[in-house]
Amino acid sequence: MSPKKIAAVAWKELRQASRDPLSLGMLLGVPFMMLLLYGYAVNFDVRHIALAVQDNDRGAASRELVASFVNSTYFDLVADLPAGADLRRFTERRQAQAILVIPEETGRDLAAGETVQLQLILDGVDSNTATTVLGYASALVAAANTQRLAAGGRVQVAPIDFEPRVWYNPELKSTRFLVPGLIGFILMLTAVLSTAISVVREKERGTMEQLRVTSLKPGELILGKTLPYLGISLIATVLILAAARVLFHIAVAGPYLHLFAATLVYLIGALGLGLLVSSVADTQAMAFQAGALVSMLPAIFLSGFIFPIRSMPRALQIVTYAVPARYFNVVLRGVILKGAGLESYPRDMAFLVLYALAVMALSYARLARKEV
Amino acid sequence: MHQLLAVIVKEFLQLRQDKKMIPAMIIGPLVQLLTLGYAANLDVTRVPMVLVDQDRSPESRALVERFTGAGTFALMGAEDGVDAIDPWLVQGRAQIALVVAPGYGEAVAAGRTPEVQVIADGTDANSSGVGLGYASQILAQAGADMVASRLAASPPRPPYGNAAPAVGRYELVPRVWYNPDLKSRWFYVPAVLAMVLMLVTMILPSMAVVREKEVGTLEQLSVTPLRPWQLILGKLTPFLVVGMLDMLLVTALVTGLFHVPLRGSLLLLTFLTVLFLLTTLGLGLLVSTLVRTQQQAMGICVFGLMVPMIYLSGLIFPVENMPRGFQIASNVIPVRYYAIILRGIFLKGSGIDVLWPEALSLVAIGVTVLTMASLRFRKSLE
Repeated sequence: MSPKKIAAVAWKELRQASRDPLSLGMLLGVPFMMLLLYGYAVNFDVRHIALAVQDNDRGAASRELVASFVNSTYFDLVADLPAGADLRRFTERRQAQAILVIPEETGRDLAAGETVQLQLILDGVDSNTATTVLGYASALVAAANTQRLAAGGRVQVAPIDFEPRVWYNPELKSTRFLVPGLIGFILMLTAVLSTAISVVREKERGTMEQLRVTSLKPGELILGKTLPYLGISLIATVLILAAARVLFHIAVAGPYLHLFAATLVYLIGALGLGLLVSSVADTQAMAFQAGALVSMLPAIFLSGFIFPIRSMPRALQIVTYAVPARYFNVVLRGVILKGAGLESYPRDMAFLVLYALAVMALSYARLARKEV
Repeated sequence: MHQLLAVIVKEFLQLRQDKKMIPAMIIGPLVQLLTLGYAANLDVTRVPMVLVDQDRSPESRALVERFTGAGTFALMGAEDGVDAIDPWLVQGRAQIALVVAPGYGEAVAAGRTPEVQVIADGTDANSSGVGLGYASQILAQAGADMVASRLAASPPRPPYGNAAPAVGRYELVPRVWYNPDLKSRWFYVPAVLAMVLMLVTMILPSMAVVREKEVGTLEQLSVTPLRPWQLILGKLTPFLVVGMLDMLLVTALVTGLFHVPLRGSLLLLTFLTVLFLLTTLGLGLLVSTLVRTQQQAMGICVFGLMVPMIYLSGLIFPVENMPRGFQIASNVIPVRYYAIILRGIFLKGSGIDVLWPEALSLVAIGVTVLTMASLRFRKSLE
């Protein structure tokens, strides 16, 4: 293998890429856009829940309860429903996420020492939000009960002194959770798609045959074609990290060197996957379809990026072992958020290296064998 | 009419010519559905927990049993000191640490307030939040039980005495409508429909048009007596047909395989899906008039349209949680309306009497985009 030849192919690839500023701009601009999306728009932090109240008692106690819901800042009171209102119609039109129904004679029953059943109707379509809402409501009702007991002089408040502490992300912001995962997702997507499409384009136009008849060895061709995208992807990583720091104050807590080492290994695997796709597809449309399927889908859904792997069915959990983004996410979250080094994740790193080697070997074998 | 038919037939033939294309348009959605259907699950169970029990009394063991007994937390291991927790959380072997300080049992027995610490790994904000919620519920219940047994053991003395009124309390009775078991799968699985349709009816047609530009056959078509509208309609119809087939296929699997109920009418779903496809086909065509290469078409469709539309539409992340500006911006995203339609028809059994505002919005966006795309397409032909 001659470094000069590899450099020549890489140079050709870069020049070709630079003639298409739109695509090049996308490679660098997309990560930025995604970061903005994830940082500002997308989160699971549930606030301002639209709450409707049907207060059939309208006494001091029920008003106090409603006030405690509104004052908690979790709930926004959107409607005060009269008795007999059509609640189903109300949720079907998505006007409220939750409806609190306070029965008649609440004040009197409480004073008599009886238990009052409060009905909380939840729109369960978005189950995640509904679960959170139910948690908030239970806590508020429990607090109201404790207060009543305390006011009745029956018991001191707080039977157990409970101190929750959250490490690494004290405010439980989902942005901090999503940003490292986002890096893995973007790198996988851009590396696979850009390599696959750039190789298949040469096939479609017939220029691959021309390259074949030159004195280039398959290895030189592969390296020359992938190195430019490796460089571009690394630049994209730096941009994401810089933007995350400036916009969201997410600094890399661990050593940078470890971060880039892990990224490099991950990228080699991703580029190899792109080559593998290009050896299967004959048209760019096909390369895109296959590339999106093998890169985007697992990187979003099977990597723990958004959905915890622990909650998946057993069979699917086994599938995730073949998804490099799974390991990369663990390592990246560790290094960026927990300040750990790679030595804390020997198993994950071993899998990443193994994956990179296997995919590269496989795509080399396919590209070298086939009269592409 | 004949001419139009000829273009449609040609497009179908061309689709078939690429032997891997048709299977890809069927297998792609299938894989997407299976992955999303099984993987998209935010339900938090068996949170891995590490225990530091410095008290080791029957009382502390009873408390730990409350955590692990219901399957909410899974005990992964135990340590002697708080310092030893760090590696567990760093390596992700545990997500939550329960620390019971010495003297817990004594405090409980003496009726004093015992101390319990729960430490959560906050990197996965969502499941940590839910896990902490579970923990506080368990501790609240434990506290309430302690109070109850204390009251039972020592009946109130004067001045309250037996004459003192019992204190009334609230009991929260949740009723969850449309998705009583709160399965997150029911929320995510219908969303696959929107993703599949965007792929098949926005990205692929846009690449197909640009391909003809690249190869130069679009110029040849433009010198035939074909009218531009015939050309557009002919190019888009096959994708519309495949899109509708995909819709039926995915709907069958969503209900059959994942047991998500289809409570509304399939006919309405079909009709509103056609309206949605007007917007995606229009967007795909519009993109094809703006770019030169298939690679660019793909880039803009995926990153400029599909990804932001998925994220800003409420398909995965609720629109209500977004900042005001993004909420306003999401009003022009067709997927937002289609997501409401999908969940309305599948889960709530809504009819057109509820969904008409969404249907009208789709029509408005579809007509606007298709008009713009057609005008540009005509210009690019001339």
